[in-house]
Amino acid sequence: MGKEYKGPDCIKGTSGYCAGCGHGIINRLIAEVLEEMGLEKKTIISLAVGCSCIMGDYVEVDKIQAPHGRAPATATGIKRMRPDNLVLTYQGDGDIASIGCAEIIHAAARNEKITTIFVNNGVYGMTGGQMAPTTLPHQVTATSPRGRDTSLTGMPVKLSEMIAVLPVAYVARGSVHNPASIKKTKSYIKKAIQAQVDKEGFSMVEVLAPCPTNWHLSPLASMERIEQEVIPYYTPGELVKKEGV
Amino acid sequence: MGKVLMKGNEALAEAAVRAGCRLYCGYPITPQTELMEYLSGRLPEVGGQFVQAESEVSAISMLYGAASTGYRVITASSGPGFSLKQEGISYMASQNLPGVIVDVCRYGSGLGLICPGQGDYFQATKGGGHGDYRLPVYAPHTLQECVDLVTLAFEKAEEYLTPVILLTDGALGQMMEGVELPEMQPVDPDKPWALKGKGEGEYRFLITDAYGGPAYDEGLRKKYKQIEDREQRWESIETEDADIILVAYGTSARICKRAVKMGRAQGIRLGLIRPVTLWPFPFQAFRPVRDTAQAFLSVEMSAIGQMVEDVALAVKGKAPVHVYTAGMVPPKEQRILTMAREILDGKLEEVF
Repeated sequence: MGKEYKGPDCIKGTSGYCAGCGHGIINRLIAEVLEEMGLEKKTIISLAVGCSCIMGDYVEVDKIQAPHGRAPATATGIKRMRPDNLVLTYQGDGDIASIGCAEIIHAAARNEKITTIFVNNGVYGMTGGQMAPTTLPHQVTATSPRGRDTSLTGMPVKLSEMIAVLPVAYVARGSVHNPASIKKTKSYIKKAIQAQVDKEGFSMVEVLAPCPTNWHLSPLASMERIEQEVIPYYTPGELVKKEGV
Repeated sequence: MGKVLMKGNEALAEAAVRAGCRLYCGYPITPQTELMEYLSGRLPEVGGQFVQAESEVSAISMLYGAASTGYRVITASSGPGFSLKQEGISYMASQNLPGVIVDVCRYGSGLGLICPGQGDYFQATKGGGHGDYRLPVYAPHTLQECVDLVTLAFEKAEEYLTPVILLTDGALGQMMEGVELPEMQPVDPDKPWALKGKGEGEYRFLITDAYGGPAYDEGLRKKYKQIEDREQRWESIETEDADIILVAYGTSARICKRAVKMGRAQGIRLGLIRPVTLWPFPFQAFRPVRDTAQAFLSVEMSAIGQMVEDVALAVKGKAPVHVYTAGMVPPKEQRILTMAREILDGKLEEVF
């Protein structure tokens, strides 16, 4: 008899994401961590607009669809009224680093006791691969057809570094481009959630993820691109953590 | 408990707390600010939450999240801030979440002025944000009515699962009057629709019912028709024998009440319909009098007239409809009487 591999109970059916998308892996990591920590019954997720909200259909925990960029504000309202619940936001890079920049910065500045999972794939996925604040220099997208021109659009926003200067509980950047990085990212998500459980304050994990559909690459080539092009700009690791953890 | 002398914004805030409200989130803006200042001290005393948000956009999203937990929650703003809140109000309407939004209306578009105005009538009553929705809008004209209607607003918000707007103005917010405050109500967030973690039950996903298909459209029609049929509120003053019926709400209605008395003393038979709900507009109030009055005069603190369009819809062409667009200066009784005489003499052109 072979070993039985069982998925988390709170994931039902299939995701509906494109082939090779990073969201499915990250959704699974969140579900695994919630169940391992025994928190799935008291979790409320504030979902971003974009591919992030596809999570709503098959991850079976309480959720609310937030307005675009406002998931941290919506989560703030929930956490303030129900402090004993675990409150997460799940947001993509267009949502969090562009239209929702004020909301995430100020939720972090208030050290709001919520946890943000920030999926960074460098494009607006659901609308068809337009340039995001996180798009790399010279990267071709639907709105940078000659490649991102940094003389006009600036350099990609490093949101985790911006949050890390604030007095928050935990900030880390992981990736899902190979099994080792997936394992590491799961440990970051666990620590971020533990920080909320311990009432330490705001915690966030940025996850570098592939978008094969809008990168116009195969799933495998997308993983290789993360290793070769994305990680050199967005350095993985823990940016803020408690002493000794 | 007897009457206490309070400022409008503070009386409204205290009444909200007594109605069981346990969260305020908002952003400073004149002439609403005393409401948030009062609650910043008061809510922590009753175990509530006060959040000074980074923007009105964020504040209304906080309200949206907090409303989803089943607690009674409130925000307030004015003018440009009320515009910024429309995004989240539309989300609350689409997800059938209750909550109270106060607009202490100031005057003008853009930055506008901080003086009282009634130019947010369209925005409050016709939807305001994107998509198909209407919100109950209550328009108090005294501070006691501010107190009474904020309590009613919380009840109606939960009864119909909708955000509710309380439309006051800079004058009502800043003036002082004696008010009788209600008793403290108990707090009950344990609603069947509230988010609290799935526990041992089914999970909930709060997202617009539009994803459920065309039944959504029928649901909207039913919901808003029901509110229109049941929730029209108004005060009629001496309308039965009136030749000219004034129509006014809020601060303008206070002035019109005096104008009715002054007019009658001078032999001009004036009456007043004072809408208490601006949506649903009290069409029922016009039915008995639209064939008996010679004309209707909408009195508004706007420059181009807004409510006058609903007055015309209510009168249904049975009598001429005029408007006194007072603009940034509150209406004057004498001007109302002069216009009434001109209407009776056939010298004033109707707008509808």
